[in-house]
Amino acid sequence: MSNFLNDKAVERLRNAGALLEFPGTRYVLQEFLARGGMGTVYAAQDKTLNRRVAIKVLDSSDPHGELQERLLREARVLAKLEHPGIVPVHDAGTLADGRVFYVMKFVEGSRVDQSVASVSSLPERLRLFLRICETVSFAHSRGILHRDLKPANVMVGAFGEVLVMDWGLAKILQPDAAGRSEETIVSTAPLSDTVAADTATQITSATQDGTVMGTPGFMSPEQAQGKSSLLDARTDIFSLGKLLEVMVKPAKNSTAFRIPRALGAICEKACAENLPERYGSVSALAADISQYLDGMPVSAHRENLWEWTQRFYIRYQAAILLITVYLLMRTLFVFLGRP
Amino acid sequence: MAFDHSFLSEGGNFPQTRWSVIAAAGSDDSAERSRALDVLFTAYWKPVYKYIRLKFAKAPDQAQDLTQGVFMELFERDLLSRFDAGKSRLRTYIRMCVDSFVLNEIKHAGRQKRGGDAVHLALDFPGAEGELRAQTIDPASIPSPEQFEEFFEKEWIRSLFSSAVEDLRQVCEVPKRQAAFSLFEIYDLCGDETVSYAQLAEQRGLSVSEITNQLAWARREFRRLVQQRLRSLCATDEEFARESRALFGGKL
Repeated sequence: MSNFLNDKAVERLRNAGALLEFPGTRYVLQEFLARGGMGTVYAAQDKTLNRRVAIKVLDSSDPHGELQERLLREARVLAKLEHPGIVPVHDAGTLADGRVFYVMKFVEGSRVDQSVASVSSLPERLRLFLRICETVSFAHSRGILHRDLKPANVMVGAFGEVLVMDWGLAKILQPDAAGRSEETIVSTAPLSDTVAADTATQITSATQDGTVMGTPGFMSPEQAQGKSSLLDARTDIFSLGKLLEVMVKPAKNSTAFRIPRALGAICEKACAENLPERYGSVSALAADISQYLDGMPVSAHRENLWEWTQRFYIRYQAAILLITVYLLMRTLFVFLGRP
Repeated sequence: MAFDHSFLSEGGNFPQTRWSVIAAAGSDDSAERSRALDVLFTAYWKPVYKYIRLKFAKAPDQAQDLTQGVFMELFERDLLSRFDAGKSRLRTYIRMCVDSFVLNEIKHAGRQKRGGDAVHLALDFPGAEGELRAQTIDPASIPSPEQFEEFFEKEWIRSLFSSAVEDLRQVCEVPKRQAAFSLFEIYDLCGDETVSYAQLAEQRGLSVSEITNQLAWARREFRRLVQQRLRSLCATDEEFARESRALFGGKL
C-alpha cells in the first residue's frame, strides 16, 4: 500500500494512538467512541466480569487537578442516581499518568430524535417521553438538576430502554456530606458511537450568577441569562418542553399526524418564559401527558365545547358506537314491528 | 531517507531514549550532528517542501532547491542553537526559519543557485509532489493564506505518523507480528468501518478477543513509535509531554 496517509487516516491514527492502556486494572481498551469537551470515551473489556464497558477519561492537561475533580464529581453524580434510565457507574480510578477515569455501562442505541423519526404513532412517542420524565423526576427527587436535556443526551437502546445521558452540567441542589451545596461538571461526549457528540454544548467551570451553561435552543431563559441562583426543577422542565416539541414534531412531508392543540399547550406551558407559568414539577408535566394519552382534559389547556365533544367522542368512541347501533336497531324494530 | 531504527525497543509506553535533535545539532561530534540532520530531515522535509510549494507558489524544482537550502542553512548557521523551547514549539521555529529563508532567497534571486557546491540529499520529491497533487485536486482543499500555519502543522503530523507507520511495518516483519500489522492496516490505516471485529475474526479464523489483542498491541506499538520519534524532536520533557498529549490526548 502507499505510504501516503490521507487526512482520514491521520485522524484514525490519532484516535487509535489515543487508545490508552490500563495497566494494573481489569480493563482492556478496545476502541475510541467519542471525544467531547474535556473527556474521551472508549469502549473497553472488563476482564473480570467479561463484559463490554465504556470508560470516560480526562484528556486535557490539568496541572491544578481542577478538571480531574470535575470528572470525578460527574461520576459521583451518576453513582448517586441509581435508576434504570441513568447509565450506571461501575468504577473510577486514576491512570499511571495521573488522569482520572470512570467506568460505566456500555450502551448501544440511537439519539431519541433519530429513534422517534421511525415511530409514526404519537401515543408511542409520548410514552417514550414519559419515561424521560420519570428519569428526570427521579433525579430531581435526589436534588439533582440535569441542565442540559436535549435530543443528543437522550438515548433509546436496542430494546427500547430510554437513558438520560451526559450529566456533565448537573447541579446538585442539596448539600452533600462534605457540605458542598452545588457542583458543576464539565460536559463531555455521549457514550455510544451511534450518538453524535454535540460539541456545541456550552462548557464552563463555575456556577456563579452570570455564568452561562447549557445548549442554546434547549436551555431556559434564566439559564441563558446565567441566573444560577434561580435554577430549580422548572429549568429542566423548560428543556423537557423543548425536547417534547422535537419528539412530537411530525417527520417532514409526513401526514401521519399533526400536533393537537392540547399537546401544543402542554409544550407551551413547559416552555413558558416566566418561571411561575411553567409546570411546578416534572410529575405535573408527566401527569398532563398521561391525561392526554387517556383522553382526559389537561391542565395546560381550557377546551371549548367542540374540543370537549371531539375528545369525548374519541375517548368513548366504542361505547358511543355501540349505543348508536343499539338505538338504531331499536328504532328499526319499532318501525318494523308496526302493523 | 532511511531512518535509524536501532533505538527501537520492545515494551513500555514511553520512549526510553532521551536523545534530542536540538542537543545533538549543537554537539561537537560530527556523527551526532549528522544524525540530528537525518532526524530533522525525516520529520520535516515533506512539510517544508509542500509548504514552500503552496505558500510561496514555487515550481517543483525551485521548491526542492529551497527545501534543501533551508536545512543546510539550519545546520551551517547553527540556527537550532537559537531555538528556545520555552518560547515556541520546534515546528513553529522551523516554519519561521523557512519563511525567513525563502523570503531572503527571493530578495537575492540573482545570487548563486544552490546545487553547485551544496550537498544534495536523495529525497523522494516526485513522491511528495504526487501527494501534494492528490491533496489539492479539490481547489477547496488548497489552504488560504491564513491557513498555512495549520497546513504546516497537519503536514508535520502526517509526516510523523507516516514515519511511525513505516517503523511499525519493520517491527512487524517478524512472522508472529505480521497478522497484527495486517489488521492495523485494514482497521486503522484504510479505515474499513464496515468490518466489525466479529467479521474480521470470522474471516481470519480467530476469536474476537484475539483480534482485539492484536489490534491493541499494534496501536500501542504505533503510539510508542510515534512518541519515540516525537521525543527526539522535542527539546525538553515538558515539551514532549505537551506535544504527546496534543497528538493523542486532546485537540491540537
